[in-house]
Amino acid sequence: MAEQEFLYEAKGQVLVIHLPKEVDHHNCRNLKYETDLLLAENYITKIVFDFSETVFMDSSGIGVLLNRYKQMERSGGKVAICGASARILRVLTIGGMGKLVPRYNSMEEAIAG
Amino acid sequence: MSQEINEDMKSKGSSQMETIWPEGADMGKQEGRYTMKQAIKKWEDGREAGGEAERETLRMEVESKSRNEEFARVAVAVFISRLDPTLEEIDDVKTAVSEAVTNAVIHGYGGKEGIIYIQVTIEGRELSVEIEDRGVGIADVPKAMEPMFTTDLSGERSGMGFSFMEAFMDEVKVVSAPGQGTHVLMKKRIGR
Repeated sequence: MAEQEFLYEAKGQVLVIHLPKEVDHHNCRNLKYETDLLLAENYITKIVFDFSETVFMDSSGIGVLLNRYKQMERSGGKVAICGASARILRVLTIGGMGKLVPRYNSMEEAIAG
Repeated sequence: MSQEINEDMKSKGSSQMETIWPEGADMGKQEGRYTMKQAIKKWEDGREAGGEAERETLRMEVESKSRNEEFARVAVAVFISRLDPTLEEIDDVKTAVSEAVTNAVIHGYGGKEGIIYIQVTIEGRELSVEIEDRGVGIADVPKAMEPMFTTDLSGERSGMGFSFMEAFMDEVKVVSAPGQGTHVLMKKRIGR
């Protein structure tokens, strides 16, 4: 089981976070520190979570999303998700994120939307 | 035509049919001999009732380390694959196991050393998963099981762990007390 890392990509004022294959507590443990650093050093108005590589997620992923959502809400920014499979959507819905965060099929739509 | 064959088998084949199941074979041991058809029916009834169904158990001990969250859920998924579950059922069980093991790592042992005990039992179509730690325990179990309740101060935890276990399994029981560790028992019927 190789270490899975988050890939961060800046698209103008949008921060795209490419999530790993498995989003759990272990893989999420550095995300807060890393995103806080990126948000402090860059002017970011939107975070897009790209789930296109993700096959597993537990409630740790909900915690991460919810916290980023609150963070962006405080600064007047937005959060969107893209590329989520049926399984990930089910987990998001059960975790109460279904209506909170807009979903897009492609990353381009999520950045533009 | 088929009826004729049945009649034919009845008239001259009944004694042969009875000896198809060899004497002393497991299925026939207790109550004498069975025809193949009776033996299959008995086996299916047993699976249905859960009474005489085959019982298999997996026992694991893992160290309380966050990287074992993935190991535990994958090992359990491989073990239950012999029940021929759907992909959704596998993912449901994996998620529930991940939640319970993560709770043990973060809350039970609070990031310190400890052993997490995992026991998975398959009996017929019934799956039981027990996950136990000998950590700090929970003072108020109903409170801990409320959605969004968390003692975590980082803000990164959703407080949805027990809610997820309840959403993805049929039954969840939690036995815990301060200083006594936490024992989570979850059940799910595979292939409904």
